[in-house]
Amino acid sequence: MKTSNLVSKYHVLFLIILLFLIAFPFVADSRTLTILFTQIFIFSILAMSYDILLGYTGIVSFGHAMFFGIGAYATAILLNTFEPTIGVFIGSIAVGIVLSGFVSFLVGLLTLRLKSHFFAMLTLAISGLLLVVAEKWRTVTKGNDGFTFRAPDIFKDRIVFYFCVLACLVIVFLILRRFVQSPLGRLLIAVRENEQRTRSLGFKTLHYKVIASVVAGVIASLAGSLYAVSLRFVNTSVMAMDITLDALLMTIIGGVGTLVGPIVGSVVIEFAQHYLSGLARDFPIFERWIIFFGIIYILAVIFFPKGIVGSILQALSKWKSKHEDRKIFALEKDKEHSP
Amino acid sequence: MEPIIRTKDLSIQFGGHKAVDRVNFEMPEKHFKSIIGPNGAGKTTFFNLLSGELRPTEGDVFFKGESLAKYSSVERTRKGLGRSFQITNVFPNLTVLENVRLAVQSKEKVRFHFIKSYRSYKKITEEALVILDQVLLLNKGEAIASQLSHGEKRKLEIAMLLALDTEVLLLDEPTAGMSLEEVPTILDVIRTIKQRGNKTILLIEHKMDMILDLSDSIMVLFNGKLLADGTPTEIMNNETVQNAYLGGLYDGELVETS
Ligand SMILES: Nc1ncnc2c1ncn2[C@@H]1O[C@H](COP(=O)(O)OP(=O)(O)OP(=O)(O)O)[C@@H](O)[C@H]1O
Ligand SMILES: [Mg+2]
Repeated sequence: MKTSNLVSKYHVLFLIILLFLIAFPFVADSRTLTILFTQIFIFSILAMSYDILLGYTGIVSFGHAMFFGIGAYATAILLNTFEPTIGVFIGSIAVGIVLSGFVSFLVGLLTLRLKSHFFAMLTLAISGLLLVVAEKWRTVTKGNDGFTFRAPDIFKDRIVFYFCVLACLVIVFLILRRFVQSPLGRLLIAVRENEQRTRSLGFKTLHYKVIASVVAGVIASLAGSLYAVSLRFVNTSVMAMDITLDALLMTIIGGVGTLVGPIVGSVVIEFAQHYLSGLARDFPIFERWIIFFGIIYILAVIFFPKGIVGSILQALSKWKSKHEDRKIFALEKDKEHSP
Repeated sequence: MEPIIRTKDLSIQFGGHKAVDRVNFEMPEKHFKSIIGPNGAGKTTFFNLLSGELRPTEGDVFFKGESLAKYSSVERTRKGLGRSFQITNVFPNLTVLENVRLAVQSKEKVRFHFIKSYRSYKKITEEALVILDQVLLLNKGEAIASQLSHGEKRKLEIAMLLALDTEVLLLDEPTAGMSLEEVPTILDVIRTIKQRGNKTILLIEHKMDMILDLSDSIMVLFNGKLLADGTPTEIMNNETVQNAYLGGLYDGELVETS
């Protein structure tokens, strides 16, 4: 009974936030903030996908940007080649997802049997390779310069796009939540906690790691598609290490192993980036905001290993058990007094 | 009758050290055999070779007549060789119930289900609770595994093996480091399983009274070699065993060093 109580509390919070986000673009009437929020949603999707790897399955990948990039390029190239209609947009998302799914499956199958640090290095190498391909394949990607393209007309209205991305975020969140709470999701956590024991229980852990890698790749690709449309421009930076680092940072600061964590993380990082780059106009040192993130990152790992959400949850559960102790204590006191 | 499990010249070498040295052993189905031997004799290593955690440098393990050489620990568990670990080996940040539920999930072959919430698999939870009850951990179901006392962790370790419900149970010092009051719980659990009579059990232990109480046969490992294998009376009266091992040590109970 207590848990159902707790769950419904979270549901209410979820609904309040959702209502706020739905009302926001009408109430706030700030183009900058609408765009910033859209960006936050996109990176929330990316960070959640990264957390499936890092937080749930315990896989460190330095190549996650490649799937983001595949999605971004698939959408940019297809919208540029064909008429920029909603149909082509959706089709391009599908193409990106299929490609990313295929690549992540292959990469996962080939590399996930390796020790984790080798895997991390290999993902770095493979995504580096893809980055080079994107740079050299100029006929299609226009290399480093990139290219602009037309998005579907309906997205000319920033608010429409805002809602489209918000819908994606909510759907991805709900799907992933179901996924991590399924028996399969529990096995991802088991792999993270103790892979050898998971095997000893009779589970082929490679399968679960590959599944996590495919799910993460596919979702990252969706984020990439949305990102490309939000900029109406794409260049090789969508595949760059920065994207992976952003996802890593958001996940760690927000809290690994929860889905809300990466969302909170991307809110924090995106807002910080936004205001710090604003400050940079007056204080050039803030142009190097990445240095600040380096510092935040180190501090977070030292003082906040569970991230914002993890720390809050921990505090809550501590508070709750204290509270209950007190209740029991009070009860016992009552008993003492009653006779 | 075909032995359910058999080894042929099973050996493993770590550098120059032969931890298990050409061990030939077999045991029939539904048999209860204990393995004794001093610290470092190679008992755990022998288990690791049976369960596939380690690969032999020589020799082979046969399960129901089939060579296990090509099977990993995953497949061996699925075939029916389950084990518990001497050094507690659980999922530290999950609750006790979740630890056991993962084992039940394996038994029920719920491996790739991703549509429904794990909470809706009521049968799995119920089975896990039954097992927890057996090892007297029912009231600890919601505790985080890493926060259990040592004895409770040992119980959880065994609960996970029981939940797997494999045909063969390999128990590696289930009472290692347990306080004296906690040992009877585990002893009772093992005895109950034995009395049900549908499991083949291989037990590594140092507690002689427990071994004599439970075993149909005992094998002795010494420096990686199989020193003797026979009924409890045979082993207790075996001169080599006496000299090599039981000699100075046995006085009602072997010296506890784990
Ligand atoms: N992975 C390994 N690498 C190197 N040496 C090992 C390894 N595993 C075990 N050994 C060595 O093999 C020998 C046998 O160890 P094992 O753990 O099997 O002994 P044991 O009979 O289980 O002892 P105990 O009663 O203390 O549990 C020891 O000398 C140990 O140091
Ligand atoms: Mg041992």
